[in-house]
Amino acid sequence: MDEGIINILIVVGIPLGLLAAGLLIGGAVERAHLRHLDRREQELSGILVSDLRWLPAGWEVSAGHLVVGEAVIATDYFKVFVAGIRNLFGGRVRSYETLVDRARREAIVRMLDEASAAGCNVVWSVRIETSTIQGKQQGKSGGIEVMAYGTAMRAV
Amino acid sequence: MIVLNTEFVPGKRVVEVKGLVQGNTVRAKHVGRDIAASFKNIFGGELKGYTELLIESRREATQRMIAQAQQLGANAVVNVRFATSSITAGAAELYVYGTAVVVEDEPQPLE
Repeated sequence: MDEGIINILIVVGIPLGLLAAGLLIGGAVERAHLRHLDRREQELSGILVSDLRWLPAGWEVSAGHLVVGEAVIATDYFKVFVAGIRNLFGGRVRSYETLVDRARREAIVRMLDEASAAGCNVVWSVRIETSTIQGKQQGKSGGIEVMAYGTAMRAV
Repeated sequence: MIVLNTEFVPGKRVVEVKGLVQGNTVRAKHVGRDIAASFKNIFGGELKGYTELLIESRREATQRMIAQAQQLGANAVVNVRFATSSITAGAAELYVYGTAVVVEDEPQPLE
């Protein structure tokens, strides 16, 4: 009898505990990251970023170089759980939308950091490459990997 | 060696196209990183070990591409693109490619 109750507690309690940890800690990590991104983007807002292939006519620019930013952001237990339920009904998976958004913005901010360290004020021809990292469980995402790259130049 | 992902080189003109050059690396995560990652999958956050791995493999692949370009006698690689793909659960490939060209300074306009 006692053993049965303990087994039920283990079977139900561990996933519930992980869910709560994902919701509380994962949520706090995400909010802190978004605040951090807002601040960094503000600091780097002096750099003009574009994915255009050619410069507008008449622009004088210095020699350019390649700048790259990478970020790998993990899913948390709660996000995976919510996405699993979403899969039953279909529709927007907001928990993953914020995840890819964070990974992209972080990668772009790191790319701009590199450009700003080199004294450039223009990053042109930006390309963004996204892929998933497979999780431990088959078919479940372990994280999002983003590479952002472009050509940094100094426009005069 | 000038490496750019634009199709032009600022202040220079392309005088010769040497052809496609490429570099790749296949990276695997080591066990320690995997264990750290499975904890991260509960709480969320950045997988720093994976980010470092990605940076290292990008540098390595780019070096291989540059070595190829040097062998062809080019002095610049333009229109560089990166691609990533996962091969199996434990390994991923990073591929970089571009066009090796010879550039020279733009002639100064006559006064």
